[in-house]
Amino acid sequence: MELPRYHRLRGAYYRLEGSACPGCERRFFPPRAVCPSCKTAGLGTVAFSGRGTLYSWSRVVQPPRGFASLAPYDVGMVRLEEGPLVTAQLADTEGVELAIGMPVEMVTRKIRDAEEHGYIVYGYKFRPLLRPGGAGGP
Amino acid sequence: MRDVSIVGVGQTAVAEHWDRSIRDLSVEAIAAARRDAGVERVDALFVGNMLSGELAGQENLATLVADACGLLPIEALKIEAACASGGAALRAACLAVGSGAHDYVLVLGVEKMTDHLTDGVTSALALAADADYEAAHGISFAALNALLMRRYMHEHRARHEEFAPFSVNAHRNAALNPHAMYRTPITVDEFIQSPVVADPINILDSAGICDGAAALLVAPSSEARRARRPPVRVAASVCATDTLGLAERRDPLVWQAVADSARLAYDQAKVKPKDIDLFEIHDAFTIVSALTLEACGFADRGSALKLAAEGRIALEGDIPIGTMGGLKGRGHPVGASGVYQLVECVLQLRGEAGPAQVKGASIGMAQSVGGSGSVAVTHILAT
Repeated sequence: MELPRYHRLRGAYYRLEGSACPGCERRFFPPRAVCPSCKTAGLGTVAFSGRGTLYSWSRVVQPPRGFASLAPYDVGMVRLEEGPLVTAQLADTEGVELAIGMPVEMVTRKIRDAEEHGYIVYGYKFRPLLRPGGAGGP
Repeated sequence: MRDVSIVGVGQTAVAEHWDRSIRDLSVEAIAAARRDAGVERVDALFVGNMLSGELAGQENLATLVADACGLLPIEALKIEAACASGGAALRAACLAVGSGAHDYVLVLGVEKMTDHLTDGVTSALALAADADYEAAHGISFAALNALLMRRYMHEHRARHEEFAPFSVNAHRNAALNPHAMYRTPITVDEFIQSPVVADPINILDSAGICDGAAALLVAPSSEARRARRPPVRVAASVCATDTLGLAERRDPLVWQAVADSARLAYDQAKVKPKDIDLFEIHDAFTIVSALTLEACGFADRGSALKLAAEGRIALEGDIPIGTMGGLKGRGHPVGASGVYQLVECVLQLRGEAGPAQVKGASIGMAQSVGGSGSVAVTHILAT
């Protein structure tokens, strides 16, 4: 990924920032300029909690270029507790039986092979929440 | 708008054409379509192609093709709408001829994919998805469809093997098509046992990587009698769009662009789904066939697998799909596939489909879908 592009995406990739519509209160991820429902322009930024449930998942065996070091890897669609669906890689799934509906939380991880420029692209992934009470629970 | 007809069709075999370039394939398909029509005149060329820039390092493709075919200095443009590029190229030609801007317009669909290894083609195909929020995360195109398929199986309590009839049907039909890539029938067991691409999608759920070119000559219906072959009318031509990202839909299992383009096409052609004699469906993955049949009104939500299991999608069924093999059996040279579908639809309506002929076919539908249901171009053809 090109450095300027990666820089532009940092809010979404690191903080899971999307958009909130002041007109109809819908929330979006990824960020949008115009609300597709009520057509309000100039949407505000909102950071999502990163908590959600697994909507669907797949194990990628045949990876695209730039992902060979990760393969095979799991990907999923996650229904965030605030409403939007997010498509992302899943993390820490070894030994875990994935199931639709299971709780997951966002983590920041390396999302692709290191490139010739030398920098590493980090972004959101989602991992199974093995203790639904949260990290601070018993 | 003037009434528009297809007066000539041509195609190369779909194959791994190791010794042939985009130029070679384009020249062959266009020559075949012009020969078929028996018309010398060409006013414009629209080229449906998705990946020439990425895979051949070549843009400005329509000029290249016009030059290679000796058509200079006519208007020539590349039309890109991901895997719907072929359908979109006919849509552009319909606008041009319908409006009166041009009379005789060539439509070419061409793609050359086999110069690259699988990971390069997998990356290229992911260009149809959202670059920042899908492809950059390693979500291949097969993975997007796998996410849909698992969700579909979950919501409708379906097993993976219930998708086999789509693939079995495609291969059975492809065996009857001399231009198809996979002319070998397959069994349900072979379907179940084929290697995984992105779980639950396996090789036999997926259309293959290949090369090919197909062409149409389009003209006003009032001029069509000058052609050598019986003309086939374009009764409807519609393009509709949905969110680029699959996750941004209210319900990812509802393919709204596919539904909208089909509904508007039925209105334009003044037909209903039951009037369609054959449907050249965009079966890039078996799950796409299921979602498409439901979106286009051939099956209720969750019942497409039953429709397939009952054999209703076969050549002798009430809604034959992929009659010459579809994307799965004929092969899916992505930007060209939409034009192959239209060529096959024309052959069916002329009664020239050989052993794959659907008896008495007079109304055919061809639908070209790009991205994960994010752009859909539907054409209805009629005799």
